[in-house]
Amino acid sequence: MTRLRMRLPVPRPRLADLTRSAPLVFAAAATACAGNQAMFNPQGPAARSIASLGWLLLSVCVVIYVIVMAVAAWSLFRRRDAADDLPATATKLTRAVVAGTVVSAIILVVFTVSSVVAGRGLTSPTGAGAITVDVIGHQWWWEFQYRDVSPSDFVTSPNELHIPVGVPMHLKATSRDVIHSFWVPNLHGKRDLIPGQVTNTWIQADTPGVYRGECAEFCGHQHANMAFVVVAEPMDTFLAWIARQRQPAGEPPTDEARRGHDVFLQSTCVMCHTIRGTTAGARLGPELTHVGSRMTIAAGTLPNTRGHLGGWVADPQSIKPGVRMPANPLEPADLQAVLTYLRSLR
Amino acid sequence: MDHSGPENQRDERIEPQDRYELLPDATAESRLHQELARTWYVPKGVIGWFSVVDHRTIGKRYIVTAFSFFGFAGLLAALMRVQLAVPNNHFLGPDLYNQVFTTHGTMMMFLFAVPVMEAMGVYLVPLMVGARNIAFPRLNTFSYFVYLFGGIMLTATMLMNTAPDAGWFSYVPLAGPDFTPGKRSDFWAQLITFTEVSGLAVAVELVTTIFKTRAPGMSLNRMPLFVWAMLVASFMIIFSMPSVVTSSSILLLDRLVGTHFYNPAEGGDALLWQHLFWFFGHPEVYIIFVPALGMVSSIIAAFTQRPVFGYTALVLALVATGFIGFGLWVHHMFATGLPQLGLTYFTAASMVIAIPSGVQIFCWIASLWRGRPRFHAPLLFVVGFIAIFVLGGLSGVTLASVPFDLQVHDTYYVVAHFHYVLLGGAVFPLIGGIYFWFPKMTGRMMDDGLGRVNFWVLFFGFNITFFPMHILGFEGMPRRIYTYPAELGWGTLNLVSSLGAGLLAIGGLLLLVNVVRSYRFGAVATDNPWHADTLEWGTTSPPPVYNFLHLPVVEGRNALWDRSEDAPVVTGIRSDCREVLVTDVMDAEPSNKVSYPDPSIWPFLCAVVTSAFFIGSIFTPWALPVAILPLAITLIGWFWPKSEAADAPGVKKPLREVA
Repeated sequence: MTRLRMRLPVPRPRLADLTRSAPLVFAAAATACAGNQAMFNPQGPAARSIASLGWLLLSVCVVIYVIVMAVAAWSLFRRRDAADDLPATATKLTRAVVAGTVVSAIILVVFTVSSVVAGRGLTSPTGAGAITVDVIGHQWWWEFQYRDVSPSDFVTSPNELHIPVGVPMHLKATSRDVIHSFWVPNLHGKRDLIPGQVTNTWIQADTPGVYRGECAEFCGHQHANMAFVVVAEPMDTFLAWIARQRQPAGEPPTDEARRGHDVFLQSTCVMCHTIRGTTAGARLGPELTHVGSRMTIAAGTLPNTRGHLGGWVADPQSIKPGVRMPANPLEPADLQAVLTYLRSLR
Repeated sequence: MDHSGPENQRDERIEPQDRYELLPDATAESRLHQELARTWYVPKGVIGWFSVVDHRTIGKRYIVTAFSFFGFAGLLAALMRVQLAVPNNHFLGPDLYNQVFTTHGTMMMFLFAVPVMEAMGVYLVPLMVGARNIAFPRLNTFSYFVYLFGGIMLTATMLMNTAPDAGWFSYVPLAGPDFTPGKRSDFWAQLITFTEVSGLAVAVELVTTIFKTRAPGMSLNRMPLFVWAMLVASFMIIFSMPSVVTSSSILLLDRLVGTHFYNPAEGGDALLWQHLFWFFGHPEVYIIFVPALGMVSSIIAAFTQRPVFGYTALVLALVATGFIGFGLWVHHMFATGLPQLGLTYFTAASMVIAIPSGVQIFCWIASLWRGRPRFHAPLLFVVGFIAIFVLGGLSGVTLASVPFDLQVHDTYYVVAHFHYVLLGGAVFPLIGGIYFWFPKMTGRMMDDGLGRVNFWVLFFGFNITFFPMHILGFEGMPRRIYTYPAELGWGTLNLVSSLGAGLLAIGGLLLLVNVVRSYRFGAVATDNPWHADTLEWGTTSPPPVYNFLHLPVVEGRNALWDRSEDAPVVTGIRSDCREVLVTDVMDAEPSNKVSYPDPSIWPFLCAVVTSAFFIGSIFTPWALPVAILPLAITLIGWFWPKSEAADAPGVKKPLREVA
């Protein structure tokens, strides 16, 4: 399973499953987001190995610091002695300086070796059977593409990376504009997204949960609001999610949604967004085929509620000043219809 | 040798010139003074102000200018701390915030840190090596004005809301023509040109001054550690700055005339920028930090009244830092996906550079152990430096580790780290150095009591501001974000940090108050109030225009402490023209004499034309052809030979004007 060549019989998701899992996912999001973008709270093998190395480096450094400060304080305040200016004292001091230097050198060698050892395991996934995802950076949102044998089965998930628990995900990263950096502290360190190049990294989560990630390379106006979530879920849930994402958007379920669909297709929305199954096929902005199923909007900036979505569609510039999306001065009724439609895209 | 407290008993201010005038008119000393004062005159009047070629005048202007930029960039930092004090703040929008943090970084690095260290060198090095002036004095004047105009340009863009906003590192393609339209990044690129031209000029002057104009007897192994530090830093400037001038110039070409050096779509390379920039950018950290190490050694020697322990080890450590500093640049790029084997080399090199730093810290602690510390303000700043810098150095060692760096890179952990090494490692010694050398520069003592208060306010302010940032980094807060959501729980530590920044600002203000008050009302300083060992303390405070009435001959490593009762002086140097003694590189044996140029308005005019050209080329490539003619005119004026009469008599005809 080097790629997502999964023509496997995938259980079709039932509505009941969705309604049951949604609150769980939100609860997980809430806990994961409460102070939880932290490298010392590792939830995968790569982050765990870095965290152990980090504890080693930091604790040794703290010990060194305390010793050096104690010696410095003693040197400043000790009782002075007539023998201080004798050549014998200079010899003793020389020995002390040499000893300090030798000890530092040994510690540095230990640091270097432990870093290299830890680093070797980080470049590529340890286990076989990784799933490959393309990560594409945009100002200021993320595009995650799950490839498959036929392009019609490609799945594009903006700002939300779903991964199966315990399976390494190989990420091939690049950027369409400026340099960004992919970073999920709970799972792994950073990897830059560089235009004109493909960089590689991988992540793996050992426990189900929602892990927040954020762009870590300054990329312009809205660098601060370029976040995403990694949703780690059991394999069958993941496969169900993939299967659902593969589907084009269904027919609008209500009249209101139908009207929203029409407004959407007649407005400037279609200049940038894709909704598979409709004539909207532009690729400048995030794909919206399943926007209703996502946890956040505006690249992790807001929870995906009807209210926030309405504010975002009407006036994104007040939420993310400088963002590429323009304001959409829709009639109130039209706006409500568009919201109903977008919320129905699950 | 043990000496307690500054000698400032004399309450009447005596100008150094007047001191000799009090002597009987007929004495040889008085006649010599009058002739030297006439020869090495500092021109007066408006035109005179722009024509000065005297290293002390230019040095002081440099220092005051650099500290002005420090103040301005510090205010920008305060704005950032206000913005980040609470989550979801709307004090500064993203546009303004990005300009503010870019200008803060750019100004601190290019207009404060490097220039202020060079400025201290411009003022102190000629005095410490016993020279009458810096080598290439007109170039020195030129460099100051180029630097000043560049700084004014950046300040103006900030005040006009068109400041650069792609970060002080200005990564492409973000800073390229496609993603930063307008002129913001062009201002940044040309600011680099301004500061690098002036920085390179000063580095060349300092190397020449140190290598060729040391007092006889000051062989390399007797050179003060501060002079060694300036020598190493100057060489680092000479080897690193061409790299950033290249990178910023081709950025300007990409933006102005449509080349594609950095455009991956046309075969350019976005990472090329990072290699060129950090090949300069990492040595730059040491360019800032190495002179500060020299200041630390000077202060420790004076305030323990002992030579610094381990002179040879300290010199070797400085030189080693200078070399290894060039092998670290990739540790800024660990996340870019370079091959693992290469990264391992840079990990090892980044670890190795901790050894010379460690040796220096150990030697200073040994000096403090052996000496008799006198806790005046300058020594307090050095002790604070040790406490802060060791922490910053250790966090730097952790950053050398690739895996650890992948997590903390571009987080507030790094922000904490480099403020510990730059503010703690360089600015604390610098402020200590200001307290230390202020009497020499102005002839007045700074208030020591206020100085100690100043130290503690800065020390606590600094640690409260920057220590919490380590933890913010562990909690996942990236750098360069203008706001953050409340749910991530970063609010409390950010608020603490912002309050600390307030204390830091008060510390800065106390320094300003102390400087201004002491300048006007401070106790009059004697020649050597600290009983220090280097040559600058062997002349009056402030020094006369010609620095030394008799050029000194050095008899030991600690020039003034080792000076014998009947110390020899240099004779045979003419006092009726600006003749100086040239000595050889290794042993400072006299080799020949040259005549330094007189004051001239041309270097200033040349700086004006150069600056107009740099600013013009932001807008049009035609600036170059237009500037060539006026540039040629000013250079011809600058290099116009002295008249025969000016240097007429002489045993050996002075060499051509050194300019």
